Amino acid sequence: MSGPSTYVPQTDLTRWLDSRLPILRLAHDTVWTFPTPRNLNAFGAILTFCLGVQIVTGIVLAMHYVPNAGLAFDSVENIMRDVNYGWLLRYVHSNGASMFFLAVYVHMFRGLYYGSYKAPREVLWILGVIIYLLMVVTAFMGYVLPWGQMSFWAATVITNLFTSLDQVIPHLGSVIATWLWGDFAVGDATLNRFFSLHYLLPFVIAAVVGLHIWALHVPGNNNPLGIDVKGPQDSLPFHPYYTAKDAFYVGLFAILFAVLVFYAPEFVGNPDNNIPANPLVTPTDIVPEWYLLPFYAMLRSVPQKLIGVLVLVGSLLTLAFIPWLDWSPVRSNRFRPLMKQLFWVFVVDCIVLGYCGSQSVDAVRFGMPMVVVARVATAYYFAFFWLIMPIVGLIETPKPLPDSIAKSVLGTSAAPAE
Amino acid sequence: MATTTTAEPTRRDFLYIATGSVAVVGAAAAAWPLIDQMNPSSAVLALASIEVDLTPIQVGQSVTVKFRGHPLFVRRRTPKEIAAAAAVPLSDLPDQLARNDNLPDDAPATAANREIKAEWLIVSGVCTHLGCTPTAFEGDYGGWLCHCHGSMYDTAGRIRKGPAPQNLAIPAYSFLSDSRIKVG
Repeated sequence: MSGPSTYVPQTDLTRWLDSRLPILRLAHDTVWTFPTPRNLNAFGAILTFCLGVQIVTGIVLAMHYVPNAGLAFDSVENIMRDVNYGWLLRYVHSNGASMFFLAVYVHMFRGLYYGSYKAPREVLWILGVIIYLLMVVTAFMGYVLPWGQMSFWAATVITNLFTSLDQVIPHLGSVIATWLWGDFAVGDATLNRFFSLHYLLPFVIAAVVGLHIWALHVPGNNNPLGIDVKGPQDSLPFHPYYTAKDAFYVGLFAILFAVLVFYAPEFVGNPDNNIPANPLVTPTDIVPEWYLLPFYAMLRSVPQKLIGVLVLVGSLLTLAFIPWLDWSPVRSNRFRPLMKQLFWVFVVDCIVLGYCGSQSVDAVRFGMPMVVVARVATAYYFAFFWLIMPIVGLIETPKPLPDSIAKSVLGTSAAPAE
Repeated sequence: MATTTTAEPTRRDFLYIATGSVAVVGAAAAAWPLIDQMNPSSAVLALASIEVDLTPIQVGQSVTVKFRGHPLFVRRRTPKEIAAAAAVPLSDLPDQLARNDNLPDDAPATAANREIKAEWLIVSGVCTHLGCTPTAFEGDYGGWLCHCHGSMYDTAGRIRKGPAPQNLAIPAYSFLSDSRIKVG
């Protein structure tokens, strides 16, 4: 996509097609010869695999699912018990969401660690944040569809976040919530529209992924050294080197995926969602799926409704500002001794927040009230981006950077590649 | 066609603006049905009222009935609970408004403004934080505790502690007889 194309059609048919629709040229330049840094562990293939699995299993499940408040729960039970391989398709789809988030979180933390958001990759990073937000919305709506107790109350609590706007302009939030529900409470109309959007959004994600890859292929991949590709000796063609490497990692990922689906299919699920939705009784402990627990903990750590919602929204939107918050000229944390340590504190912080989110509001664990722990962890989450990133970028002395990727990967004596 | 640049507005400028305006109005008019279809339909808006028979409810008991898709608490309070609610000074309340559809919007949240007959407390079962259903007889104030995020309500359904911003709403209702109410 950047630089001159090296594609040379070999047959009459491909020459004919190339002058009409250069789709083979696009494929050749983006996934065949695309120069990729020598030292990369790409997560792109795993994430593409996840999106593909979700779309394929989702389309098939939609052939059996009924988006009606009276029938949805039973139709899911029908899929689990009676539809041929329905149990497998649903478990792959529900656990696939968790695997997708697992992979995307590793991808995001790697991007943070290696400074992949820094110039000239800001737009690439922001597109990634948009994909992540779309994933959150899609996963949330998908979680509502089985219409169990957790589905119903997750829909209630999350859509009620909008009612906090009542504290800004009276009735504004309630009007929005009613509009989202199509009723005065979460109900049949809500379920129907969530199903419609849950089917739509993965294709929007696929489109933004296309932009994400496009934006990636203009400057090229960042890499764990965080230094630019300086010549042909620093890179390898995508095929066969990265197609083979990615296929190997997708294989490993698929093994973990299969262990979850076949040996612990309900491991990440909540047993309360096997109870049909009941609008009159809220489950005693209401928790979101694991991948949203840190944000849930931040929401709950604030005792004021509107500010709590602002903290939740702010924690997500902060991600889009990272390219302009990190003032260090060095990309990779391998060469940033102080930031490296604060980064790992941040990773632990996110795990602590996740743990707090999984406990009840008044829980005391390890002798500490969890709400206080969550407050401290929330403060660090925001401080990491808005204070630590700019300040450490100014005061830190980075280690010397290697001369080139080739020298670092192949050893200092290595001559430029063949 | 030759292009000329003049300071004077031309007929062409007028046509651009007129055409653009029509396009914007047209797009908005076309978008509105797509937006408004998500609002509650006529069938949903045809709200029903319900009647609740109070005879089976014992003193100290709280029952939950479904009203317009939401839970509604009907609680027959003990004299102690009534006294506890009445003893709270207004200044202790995070939300100073009665939130009672039977009264004007600016009525203060006194215990008297939260009831029609002291023994019977009729309040919405929707936590004003994020819409969960609170559990009766729990929390520090003996009214309700919302397990979702820890909001606590007193025996008049008023918010006392936690993230919820408002008292539990009281719908319009009336006593048809001593043992029967009509809600809505």
